[in-house]
Amino acid sequence: MIGLIHYLVVSAILFTMGCVGIFLNRKNLIVILMAIELILLSVNLNLVAFSAALGDLVGQVFAMFVLTVAAGEAAIGLAILVIYYRGRGTIATDDVNRMKG
Amino acid sequence: MIQAIAFYLFAAVVIVSGALTISSRNPVHSVMWLILAFFNAAGLMVLVGAEFIAMLLVIVYVGAVAVLFLFVVMMMDIDFAQLRTDVARYATIGLALGTALAVEVMIAAFAWSEGRIDLARRAAPIDPAMPNIAALGQLLYTRYLFLFEAAGFVLLVAMIGAIVLTHRERAGTRSQHVGRQVARRPQDATRNVKPTVGQGVEL
Repeated sequence: MIGLIHYLVVSAILFTMGCVGIFLNRKNLIVILMAIELILLSVNLNLVAFSAALGDLVGQVFAMFVLTVAAGEAAIGLAILVIYYRGRGTIATDDVNRMKG
Repeated sequence: MIQAIAFYLFAAVVIVSGALTISSRNPVHSVMWLILAFFNAAGLMVLVGAEFIAMLLVIVYVGAVAVLFLFVVMMMDIDFAQLRTDVARYATIGLALGTALAVEVMIAAFAWSEGRIDLARRAAPIDPAMPNIAALGQLLYTRYLFLFEAAGFVLLVAMIGAIVLTHRERAGTRSQHVGRQVARRPQDATRNVKPTVGQGVEL
């Protein structure tokens, strides 16, 4: 029977994949944003799995808020990406040094 | 039985498409694999009875976020192959870190046991007789109303932010000014003259 642990393992693998994706595509800002979306997806999967296993609906409410924040983050991130590309003609992360941080 | 088959199918596809998302050469393919991952994650959520979140995942992620990614990827004229030049340099450390993280998280997951979780103190116990969406709606519009509205504010701020960031005034365009057109009166715009014979009209 499929239990909570199965979901936790799938979610852990997905989370790790998102983290590794940031390393693999270190230069490509778009794929880094996609990897962050993968991480948030795995977190949502975890919240929903626990919500179902413990029989508590609050986990799903929280997953909805995570979804909201993820959508806003994607919109703002891509907007910043677009204006950066407009100014520099590239999206390589190595060139992001305008703020001298 | 069929539930186990469905779970393993969805889980396998979500993991494979996640791997292909981060390893595709072409970002357009990455977005496509991301969409597949979202669909299958939604399937996993349906399996545990969270239909509303699953549909939300399909609508919000696939319908909005993934399409936004697709737009941005296709709008940019970038040599993506050039961005993948030093993948090998960071692949080893990335995979090492990733393996360590995965092993740690899985050890934590297997070592975790429910322990002394007091199930009587759940904030909102699931009522099996109630549909998922009705139960969630009752919770959202009563106890979590302010949080719900705060989430709406987050989306509003994100929308305004995205518009403000990407909007640009183009110089040299001749756009229509409706207000000026409507405010224009005949007596301001025309002149009634009666030129004498033999003289032209001075302009």
